[in-house]
Amino acid sequence: MKQFWKSILKSPSGVIGLVILLLAIGVAVFGPLLFPNSPWRMVQRPFLPPFTLSTVPLGTDALGRDVFAGMIFGARVSLLVGLVSTLVALVVGIPIGAMAGYFGGRIDDALMRFTEFFQTIPSFALAIVLVAILQPSIYSIVTSIAVVSWPPVARLVRGEVLSLRTREYVQAAVVTGQSNSWIILREILPNALSPVIVLASLMVATAILLESSLSFLGLGDPNLISWGYMVGAGRTVIRQAWWITVFPGVAILISVLGLNLIGEGLNDALNPRLSREGR
Amino acid sequence: MLSFVAQRVLKGVIVLLAIVVLNFFLIRLAPGDPAVVMAGEAGASDQVFVQQLREKFGLDKPLPEQLFIYVKGIATLDLGFSFRQQAQVSKLILERLPATLLLTLTAFAISLALGVLFGTFAARFAGTFLDTGITIFALIFYAMPIFWVALMGILLFSVTVDWLPSFGYETVGANFTGFAHVVDVAKHLIMPAMTLGLFFMATYTRMTRASMLEVKRLDFVKTARAKGLSDAVIQRRHVLRNALLPVVTLAGVHAGTLIGGAVITETVFAWPGIGRLMYDALLQRDYNLLLGVFVTCSVMVLIFNLITDLVYRLVDPRIELAA
Repeated sequence: MKQFWKSILKSPSGVIGLVILLLAIGVAVFGPLLFPNSPWRMVQRPFLPPFTLSTVPLGTDALGRDVFAGMIFGARVSLLVGLVSTLVALVVGIPIGAMAGYFGGRIDDALMRFTEFFQTIPSFALAIVLVAILQPSIYSIVTSIAVVSWPPVARLVRGEVLSLRTREYVQAAVVTGQSNSWIILREILPNALSPVIVLASLMVATAILLESSLSFLGLGDPNLISWGYMVGAGRTVIRQAWWITVFPGVAILISVLGLNLIGEGLNDALNPRLSREGR
Repeated sequence: MLSFVAQRVLKGVIVLLAIVVLNFFLIRLAPGDPAVVMAGEAGASDQVFVQQLREKFGLDKPLPEQLFIYVKGIATLDLGFSFRQQAQVSKLILERLPATLLLTLTAFAISLALGVLFGTFAARFAGTFLDTGITIFALIFYAMPIFWVALMGILLFSVTVDWLPSFGYETVGANFTGFAHVVDVAKHLIMPAMTLGLFFMATYTRMTRASMLEVKRLDFVKTARAKGLSDAVIQRRHVLRNALLPVVTLAGVHAGTLIGGAVITETVFAWPGIGRLMYDALLQRDYNLLLGVFVTCSVMVLIFNLITDLVYRLVDPRIELAA
């Protein structure tokens, strides 16, 4: 693990990504403490341009709500949805992939057909349908993002398990009579973890994009402010007030970029052969 | 080749059947009794009407029979009735489909052409300033939500400088004909297609670059160089052709994302395609229409995947796609 951190810190994109992520987490955790007021409250006249009042640095929206406060509270929703839905997707995808790769044969066939089926369905369209039918809430959003994002995890884990299963130390565990679940959990999965971590960091980024797109379409949790919702709300008044759409979008861009850079950095660290190529 | 196509089509039909079954159960997950919901959508909710609807749509029959009726309906292109729009769902979708195809195919062409071009450049000049620039450019576009790119496009090209129209398929009331009409539609198409295309361009750029660098190190490239072929010929005929394989795979994988992106793009630009239709269905909670569009999107993805499989086989004759 120490090695792991060392190698991330060696790649410039990993460092930049990590700094961005830590900043975003800091804002999400501590930001709302600095802004005890609800981001839904009217604080100033509507359409106050940015950089005019120091108390409302990024201006106000059509209802006089503080854009900056909205962005800070929005960080919580975006990061939380991104992390939780990725975790749920991992919880679904890892066992399916591990079982498919470990047991092989018919089980593998059945599980992989199931996975392929989910990969064929247009994911964003399915997410829209699921949230619309389950009614928009933070739970339905997390569920639908997890439902559309687990298949790559299952496929990746399956591939890793397939190659690890034939290793001698795993064979040794089989010969000594260890149970299947013990072998999978203790011998195989820990060694399959690093590519999963890379994938997970990219999945958090995709989940944030998905959440913002759902909120933009009006499928966000009606009680929680999020970046996608803010852009969606500012869309109709873009001609009068550019700042309402511009700033939350920048926040999405920066967080997603940070996570992608971390993924990149991790990948460089784990596949040094590929990364050397570009330099 | 023919049996390969037949197999793929069969596989697609099976997947489609599974999607239809999934759809059937999703409709039943929707809140409320479907008959009551439909009656509400039609603006009447008395008991007799609800009962009539129940009988008309077979909702009083056992579930397996209902499923059979539903599947049979879809097999004959009957996707149900939209009470909000007072029209057959299939009719609504067919009206809107050409606009979506125009948008997605243009966006796909833009993203593939630019992506392969930039990726090739980046790989050719790996490690230089140009490579870094292209990589950063791709990373940034990859991290931007499509709806935001669309709005920034409008802000830049429609609001700040009045170059491009910000919404619609053609100028309303202009009634252009012939070439003038084509130019008008093209003007309206530029921003939506670029918006949708740029995100995918970023992925193709990254993929092409990585894949070309990978192929470049292989022995047959060294052989080609030893034969004294020029660099340009090696790049084009040996490296690029092989490097395109993973790009084709990626294009197939991305078909679903492309359609999802079209939903957003069409919503922002009021482009009259099925994505916009899905958004309208969403606003009105018109579940029949929503799920009808969903099935249509799935069929489009299946067809696109079939095409990429065929292209894959053409690009790489080594591959036996018998399985």
